[in-house]
Amino acid sequence: MKKVLAIVLCVAMLAALGVSLVACNDNADFKVGFICLHDENSTYDKNFIDAIYEAQKALGLKDEQIIIKTNVPEGNECYVAAADLVDQGCDVVFANSFGHESYMLQAAKDFPEVQFCHATGTMAHDANVANFQNAFASIYEGRYLAGIAAGHKLQELVNGGAAAKIGYVGAFPYAEVVSGYTSFYLGVKSVVANVTMEVQFTNSWYDETAEKNAANNLIQRGAVLISQHADSWGAPTACEQANVPNVSYNGSTISNCPNTYIISSRINWAPYYEYMIKCVQNGEDIAADWTGTIATNSVLLTDLNAAAYADAATATAAQNAINTAKAALQNGTLEVFDCDTFTVGGQTIATYMADVNTDSAFTPDTQVIENGAFEESSKRSAPYFDIRIDGITCLN
Amino acid sequence: MAKVKANKTPLVRISKRTDISGWKALGIRAIAFVAALVLGGIVTAILLEGNPFKFYSYLFEGTFGTPRRIWKLLQDLAMLLLISLAVTPAFKMRFWNIGAEGQALVGVLAAGAMIFYIGDAVPNGVLILIMAVAAVAAGIIWAVIPGIFKAYFNTNETLFTLMMNYVAMCLINYFINIWVTSGSGVLGVLAGGHFPVIGGQPQILTIIIVAVVTALVAVYLSRSKHGYELSVVGESENTARYIGINVKKVVIRTMILSGALCGLVGLLLVGGIHYTVTADLVGGNGFTAILVSWLAKFNPIYMIATSFLVTFLNQGATFAADSFRLGGSFSDIIVGLFFFAIIACEFFINYKVTFNLKSKKKDEAKAAIVTEEVVEEVKEEVQG
Repeated sequence: MKKVLAIVLCVAMLAALGVSLVACNDNADFKVGFICLHDENSTYDKNFIDAIYEAQKALGLKDEQIIIKTNVPEGNECYVAAADLVDQGCDVVFANSFGHESYMLQAAKDFPEVQFCHATGTMAHDANVANFQNAFASIYEGRYLAGIAAGHKLQELVNGGAAAKIGYVGAFPYAEVVSGYTSFYLGVKSVVANVTMEVQFTNSWYDETAEKNAANNLIQRGAVLISQHADSWGAPTACEQANVPNVSYNGSTISNCPNTYIISSRINWAPYYEYMIKCVQNGEDIAADWTGTIATNSVLLTDLNAAAYADAATATAAQNAINTAKAALQNGTLEVFDCDTFTVGGQTIATYMADVNTDSAFTPDTQVIENGAFEESSKRSAPYFDIRIDGITCLN
Repeated sequence: MAKVKANKTPLVRISKRTDISGWKALGIRAIAFVAALVLGGIVTAILLEGNPFKFYSYLFEGTFGTPRRIWKLLQDLAMLLLISLAVTPAFKMRFWNIGAEGQALVGVLAAGAMIFYIGDAVPNGVLILIMAVAAVAAGIIWAVIPGIFKAYFNTNETLFTLMMNYVAMCLINYFINIWVTSGSGVLGVLAGGHFPVIGGQPQILTIIIVAVVTALVAVYLSRSKHGYELSVVGESENTARYIGINVKKVVIRTMILSGALCGLVGLLLVGGIHYTVTADLVGGNGFTAILVSWLAKFNPIYMIATSFLVTFLNQGATFAADSFRLGGSFSDIIVGLFFFAIIACEFFINYKVTFNLKSKKKDEAKAAIVTEEVVEEVKEEVQG
């Protein structure tokens, strides 16, 4: 009897071993972890989370292979979350907020066998940590195109007697935001040459009340069109209430702003996720600094809302202008930061040293104007355009 | 008719009770905890149309599942306990200090400023000492200002300390804007001022410090003259004055202690845990501390249990929310349910509820008997 039992047990163990070996194959135990600053209530995080599911579907990963941690603050909690994801068997960990970077870098140093990828960060290209990577997208191109849509609306308003003055609600006076509002402004300017813009910063990435108040303040100061780079619904909601046309960010806000919403640009993170996951699954290196573009499908525009225009013909004209500019951006005949399209202190600039490399004093260290254009996101994925150009006034 | 009505016993009768035994009180709290667990399970089952037991297993998996999670639990418990200890002496004195968040934040700011300005100039050991002095001093200043105003001008300390929180947050953002010239608003990890790691775990030092402070505060409150004085001031200022206690002095002294402990919280957050400065670093613990301290009836030893409960729930429910992919509001609902049950159960500990579900006739008969008894008693008393 004992012998029989022993044989049965042996067979069972062998079977279990076989099953587990098969399970190890074809990346079935592969796991990817995501760290998000907030949850889906923030448009910024929702954009990341939606892309996770899109990539999951495209790559055929199971739910157990995707672990998402939400509401992780920009402190040591990020390190603990990253380490916990490693404990759970993740092969690659991704974090989505700028302030997560130092903690992700530390985790990368402590867990060299796991890949750590960080969106919007600036340190990977000169940190020399093999398993730490940054990623961003050339969203300034998307904002430029959204600016063209806004420019057509503004032209309509100007034809009706309004002043060519627009407003922009920005989060922080930081290169990422400066690059964003400047590209938007240049997009509008390509349609309405004499436009001026006022920018108000909220000094927070997500502060619904502050964003609402900033939008209202800009409207009171005479802005007839508003755009934003902050993550709540504050500014679009304020615009709908005041019946002021607006361009949003991170995705469509048409559900709450059916009459005033023009268009929105957003970064599509799914292509990067797919790239990052495939690299790890195939044992290939992930680029230390990856910049998604219109060509990689990383920079997207939502559908133009024709209802925001008084005349259907203007909407069509706007759409055509966007299509033309988009093609020109892709084939390189159009540069968003072409130095001929803007001045600084009344002068056209020919050289500019930007702060690209990491140091605590933020020293300008790299020449970024080449062939008459400011080469954004080519020296590093995160934006470094921080020039205050003529026509734009920062209120705070 | 009115007379008859007045004689009727109400369906539910609530009476104050003071004689409840410790075990019975503990039993009621245990029932509340279990009831909250069941409620949490039901909510999860409704939201997910599925197995409520998964919720319970996530609750424990998220807190005790791995050594790292246990260390996180212990560290968060220690930090919540420390800031709860900080508000307790003031609360015992009936000084409603809801400014612990701000008092800890200025500690954070002071400690961070020391690293930022003199971190390169002095050795790490000296830097940590300077940080400690700066953080504690900053906490004291932030707490003693409303203390002085209360003592000398009888200003409302609740509003005063609350407003000081916002001033502290704005100060931090102001300094970050000065320090981070790129404008990103993110300071990142500071290089100096990191506390030494004891026993291979960075959390151990924090836990030891908090354990020592807990013991000291417990002794201070229950065994020292100061502790006695502040509880007398809390019971009745007039009595305190009558027996010769200098109320102004006690108020100010107690707020200095509160502020110093909050400053210590800030110091540990910067030097022992985050190595950076942000306005979110205290994370609302200054407000949660009020609940923790109150639930523990201002007893530092009970506070270990209430801090544990809050930390356990937060960490466990957050893990469950992420595992269910339900977002942050789910964990808030769960934690809210627990507090609802636990605060409700305090009612049953302090009051006795009697139901009268018997028939009307019996009621009337009983009422008659009771009335007779009362009459007898009164008679006896009068005769006595």
